[in-house]
Amino acid sequence: MREALLIALKDLRLEGRSKDILTTTVFFSALVVLIMGFALGPDTERLKDAAPGVLWTALAFASVLAAQRAFGSEQESGALESLLLYPNGHEWVFVGKLIANYLLMLLLGAVTLVTTSLIYNLSYTHLGYLVLVLLLGVLGFSIISVFYAAITVNLRAKEALLPVLMFPICIPVVIGAVSATKILAQNGLTSDLYGWLQLLAGFDLVSLLVAALAFPHALEN
Amino acid sequence: MKDKVTPILGILTLLSFAAGLFYAFTAPPDVNQKELVRIFYIHMPVALMSYVAYFVALGYSLAYLITKNRRFDRLAYSSAEVGVLFTALTLLGGSLWAKPTWGTYWTWDPRLTTTLIGFLIYVGYFIIRGLIEDPDRRARVAAVIGIVGTLYVPINYMSVYWWRSIHQTPTLKLLGDLEFSADPRMGIALMCMFVAFVVGFIYLVRFRAVAAHRIEAKEDRLMEQSFKEGRI
Repeated sequence: MREALLIALKDLRLEGRSKDILTTTVFFSALVVLIMGFALGPDTERLKDAAPGVLWTALAFASVLAAQRAFGSEQESGALESLLLYPNGHEWVFVGKLIANYLLMLLLGAVTLVTTSLIYNLSYTHLGYLVLVLLLGVLGFSIISVFYAAITVNLRAKEALLPVLMFPICIPVVIGAVSATKILAQNGLTSDLYGWLQLLAGFDLVSLLVAALAFPHALEN
Repeated sequence: MKDKVTPILGILTLLSFAAGLFYAFTAPPDVNQKELVRIFYIHMPVALMSYVAYFVALGYSLAYLITKNRRFDRLAYSSAEVGVLFTALTLLGGSLWAKPTWGTYWTWDPRLTTTLIGFLIYVGYFIIRGLIEDPDRRARVAAVIGIVGTLYVPINYMSVYWWRSIHQTPTLKLLGDLEFSADPRMGIALMCMFVAFVVGFIYLVRFRAVAAHRIEAKEDRLMEQSFKEGRI
């Protein structure tokens, strides 16, 4: 666990100095939100209806950018091999990378949620649940994107490959998070909401286990 | 080593497929769907076998990671390849049936969506196979993607099912009413087709694995040759 925290701290410190990931992903997701707004046309009701979908589409796309940087700095400087030479299982490398990526994605998610809600004129009934949806949904994206980023980091055409591999797997997160956000933006608490939260939590749990177990096989050289 | 089983499997496939086709075209049309029901004689076995193919690929991928025997890698991707082919046929046959019946080529029915997801996952699997040159690394990475991807097909299936069942009226019934009691020839046609596709699946996987083995052997020979001639 200590190794994971050290790796996460290192990544966050790097990000604190360069702010590469945050500036690019925030700008990128804002652009997605705007493009979707133009594509859907000026009908206010329709925009309001589509807003949860737009929000999570923007986050899904931005998570690709963020994950590419997760192993990017090590790969560019040739430090990934050294990182993997450390004793202790590779699971902790994954957990560390995941923690750093998750915190950055949460920040991005919070910013995107606020701006999307303002632009599309959404208001929410239960903020606590909205935060929970954001925490669980972003975690799902983080786990899958960091896992596949580790697989693709040494390959040709990795920028194009990562979305190809991760988006099909992320579909349950998109379905669950969009539906839960929609419920919170429209009619408030219903029993459906708990179903979606369970789906998100279940997906996160299964993904975390599967990804941590498969990660050493994906990376070892 | 002379493989006698594979050609026999091929002949069995052809025979049962021919019998299936014969019954499929001579069976009376369905009460509700008329002639359209004939698509199902191929569509249902193909759809079922595409799922089977993915799980067979999952099993071989696991076997590869445990034993590191390249034979399992060849079988895994042969099975995945047949799975992708069958899924493409499933989607094609399904949309041809759906257009006159539902009035559209595609709906976001859970079963359709998960079939498409399985297809996408394995297209990614083959893209990544094409990009890794080192055979051992290729086999290992492909095995991981195959395992993780296939594990999510059931989760996807459930999630899309919840998605529909919570918000919409119960799902459209994908498999129409095949009335076996109406005419035994329909049942015979379906049985023949199931046999044809099960045997055909085994045949194709074996055939593909043998071909893959020869390709790998040739690659190794070429590599050795250029090594001897001092080109590497």
